Amino acid sequence: MSDDPAVLEWTVRTALILVSGLCLLCGYRVVQGPTTPDRVVALDAIATNVVAIAVLFALQTGRGLFITVSLVLAIIGFIATVAVAKFVTEGEIIE
Amino acid sequence: MIRSALIIALIVVGVFFLTVGTIGLLRLPNVYNRMHATSKPTTLGTAAIFLAGFVSFGPGNEGLTSLIGIAFLFLTVPTGAHMIARSAHRSGVPFEDSVVWPDKSTDESEGEGELEQSETADESSSDA
Repeated sequence: MSDDPAVLEWTVRTALILVSGLCLLCGYRVVQGPTTPDRVVALDAIATNVVAIAVLFALQTGRGLFITVSLVLAIIGFIATVAVAKFVTEGEIIE
Repeated sequence: MIRSALIIALIVVGVFFLTVGTIGLLRLPNVYNRMHATSKPTTLGTAAIFLAGFVSFGPGNEGLTSLIGIAFLFLTVPTGAHMIARSAHRSGVPFEDSVVWPDKSTDESEGEGELEQSETADESSSDA
């Protein structure tokens, strides 16, 4: 990671900014989503985007720890989605 | 030099697919369509960025972690999308106009366990 050409640094930084913007756009669907499953889908999309952000951050700083962080984020995102899907089935009635 | 070019290409592909997934999430009309948008391209985009991590960190322990991450994502995101689709259908989110669930009678069977496939199969074929 020592001899990083400037263009790689620039690309990783731009990618980080772009994916963060995408997360904000997904946030719009979380707020706007007419039904609860819409919000669950949007939050799942945000979770996957954050996994991508963690890997990009690993690329930017050159530390391998953040790849592991992204794997843990993927696991937690999946468990959260399954839990909420189960809750929506049992707990809530869509009026 | 080749390595960073490859990393840049993978990152560009990854961000492109993430953008496609997010646009699909915002634009598509129904929760079921949106699920296609968020489960397929978003996973592909994140897998491409994981590959960029693999190329950048080499096949050492970090590279292996990113490969495991790719496999994990390919296994779990479709499962999560399926769970959401079922919960959406169970809680009464309507389909688009002409779509119907293949075996109608599974809605009433509350328990996940006993899905009488044989009985529902001939019933759905009779009224199809």
